[in-house]
Amino acid sequence: MANETPRTPVQTTGHVWDGDLQEYNNPLPAWWIYGFYITVTFAVIYWIIYPSWPFGKSFLPGVSKVTYVNAEGQEETWHWNTRAKLLKETQDAAAMQKPYYDKIASLPYDKVTKDPELSSFVLSAGKAIFSDNCAPCHQAGGQGKVGHFPNLTDDDWLYGGSFDKISETIHKGRRGYMPPFAEALEPTQVDALANYVLSLSGQKVDAAKAAEGNKLFHSQAAACYYCHGDNAKGRPIIGSANLTDKVWLWADVPGAKDDAAKVAAVKQVINNGLNRGVMPAWEGRLKPEQIKLLTVYVHELGGGK
Amino acid sequence: MSDSAKPQELYAKRIPIVPRSITGPFRNFKTAILVLAYAVYFGLPWLPWQRADGASQAVMFDIPGRRYLLFDLVVHPQEVFWLALLLFIAAVLLFFVTALVGRAFCGYFCFQTLWTDAFIWIEHLIQGERPNRMKLMREPWSNKEKLLKVGLTRLLWWLLSFWTALTFILYFGYAPELVVDFFTGQGAGAAYITTLALTVTTYLAAGMLREHVCMFICPYGRFQSAMYDPGTLSVHYDKRRGEGTAGRSAARAGLRTLEERHAQGHGDCIDCGLCVQVCPVGIDIRQGMQFKCISCGLCIDACNNIMAKMQYPKGLIRYDSETNLVAAQPRPGLHLEWKNVKVLGYGASLVLMTGYLFYSIATRQSFDHSIQQIRQPLFVTLSDGSIRNRYQIRLTNISGHEETYTIEARGLPAGALDIGSFKQVVVKNGKSVIVQASVKLDPARAQRLDQFEFVIRNSQGDTVVDEARFFAK
Ligand code: SF4
Ligand code: SF4
Repeated sequence: MANETPRTPVQTTGHVWDGDLQEYNNPLPAWWIYGFYITVTFAVIYWIIYPSWPFGKSFLPGVSKVTYVNAEGQEETWHWNTRAKLLKETQDAAAMQKPYYDKIASLPYDKVTKDPELSSFVLSAGKAIFSDNCAPCHQAGGQGKVGHFPNLTDDDWLYGGSFDKISETIHKGRRGYMPPFAEALEPTQVDALANYVLSLSGQKVDAAKAAEGNKLFHSQAAACYYCHGDNAKGRPIIGSANLTDKVWLWADVPGAKDDAAKVAAVKQVINNGLNRGVMPAWEGRLKPEQIKLLTVYVHELGGGK
Repeated sequence: MSDSAKPQELYAKRIPIVPRSITGPFRNFKTAILVLAYAVYFGLPWLPWQRADGASQAVMFDIPGRRYLLFDLVVHPQEVFWLALLLFIAAVLLFFVTALVGRAFCGYFCFQTLWTDAFIWIEHLIQGERPNRMKLMREPWSNKEKLLKVGLTRLLWWLLSFWTALTFILYFGYAPELVVDFFTGQGAGAAYITTLALTVTTYLAAGMLREHVCMFICPYGRFQSAMYDPGTLSVHYDKRRGEGTAGRSAARAGLRTLEERHAQGHGDCIDCGLCVQVCPVGIDIRQGMQFKCISCGLCIDACNNIMAKMQYPKGLIRYDSETNLVAAQPRPGLHLEWKNVKVLGYGASLVLMTGYLFYSIATRQSFDHSIQQIRQPLFVTLSDGSIRNRYQIRLTNISGHEETYTIEARGLPAGALDIGSFKQVVVKNGKSVIVQASVKLDPARAQRLDQFEFVIRNSQGDTVVDEARFFAK
């Protein structure tokens, strides 16, 4: 093969040096050249349609437009750009969800949860709204954080777990408060109270101290009963905790190493009081239909009543 | 000057092939397949079909609805393995047939062959038989007749290409509406782009490239020859018979009867060249088996016609195997060499896989489900100290009609399972719903139990049982 290299006739440019050194002319194949022309044409068309050249302090915006309806309900038209395209796509997506939102808005809560299609929508759309707005405090699954944010998946509610109560909480926000008792009570009294509070949910405690605490709890000196109620079951109207159940929010009793640590955790709360039970109002930030959907979602997280 | 002194070209210009038309059993077979294939391809999107939901079109690939409607069968994405199975079956069928009768697929069933055949038919219809076409080809474009006839041919080619392309997109929508939308400018962008692309590629492949597709582009052509063995049937020219000892020669005076020819040592081939003229890939089968040959059998028809006219026995060109051709005493007639491991193996896997496909279609579940444990939180302590786990159950109804499902648990104390408001879940056909289920156990039991089963049942009695775990720490 090698010794019979084909002698291909090639054109030369006519330039010759040193007698026999010629410059060959091997043009590119025609299909390649045409391909190149097509890309040039494509580029020109692209410049005309889409924003392209900078132009002094401005630029060529192109003839392509994006129209969308803004938050005020007015139609706006921009030259094509990714931001306008995003707004349009967001709006299109919202339009696709609208029939579901409308249906949810028009139905009573329990009808929504009984419709498989709607409740499937609540589970997916609600998850998105919850993740964007609520998850920073209540965590992605609504499990909360002992000592900071309530767990929304258990069956215990400070302010009530009915649809209406949940809706009210989201709309208006909440502000829980417990005064500090370190100044007002002796350390022994706080100790006794802590023992009593723990005994209410069946924890192992010093019985004598607990009996002492029981008296204090219902006395004018500490006046715990005033907020937590005579039976210590809490008063949802002001959001005071039910001390007789096994769910703990402010004192990390389930996480405590031993009985002494449990007492210490409760004492800590009694001494310092609480000023962190604050949930912001969402009324102005979320649309009413979003809040309704969120209400159902939170209710379905597991604790709804 | 001899040929070798001419400068060698790097690229040989394609010589257009103008096949002569022919009659005969292979031509008829080919035509029958063409008619059948076209009837199916062009007609199927227009076949109405009664269906509870979805378009009343017999075959439709419903992309937005994520399902394929095939008559009464609705295929969902989760059944994609059927497609894999189907492709496997198609591949093995190809191997099977190739091992038996060579490139029969190429000659009769391949889209490229079918469309090229139809294009040649149009060419023949407008411009006449081979000599007329070749004459037209040599004429300059200033010739009015050429302009008219070739122009009309090309126009019809474009029309057929366009209808081919349009038909393709009709499989993806409700045909009667789609056609109207398409021509009134309301179709989806993808429809126009697809139609344009397919029109152009059909025109190029069947009108311009033709045998080049088989030679340079098609992968099948390359590896089909790998499945040949000496026993495989393929189109052969019987060299011994055709050439004799003194070679072939025209049927001149004195060389007309077989006796005269054989007496002078000439073979049966009268060198009429008809077998070359009819060949759509432009080869001379008398030069032996060639990779370009698509086994279409048209040269067999051509030669048999000549043999009949000459009153010689037929079969100078025929389907035969290499072994038989070189045998001292060739067996007459067709012999399928199927008694070997290769063919039997292909056959067995073909039967097995086809059987499995039908079994799988016949016994598929009427619904699809998945059960997911909610992991945030994995478990929660309730006010009375009991432990609760939650699960999300997704049900997809693919039964073709509305269905009611019940969800129960096995291995749990009574009352432990709570599926909220849904004692019975009603799901519309083709839809999915998510159902939340929670399991609540008292603290002592929660520590002991770590597994149970979900039982999902539809009203027809179709049941699935899925294991689930329970976490308490
Ligand atoms: S040689 Fe014969 S069988 Fe092969 S492609 Fe040509 S006509 Fe068809
Ligand atoms: S058609 Fe038959 S007889 Fe004619 S050239 Fe071909 S092989 Fe020979």
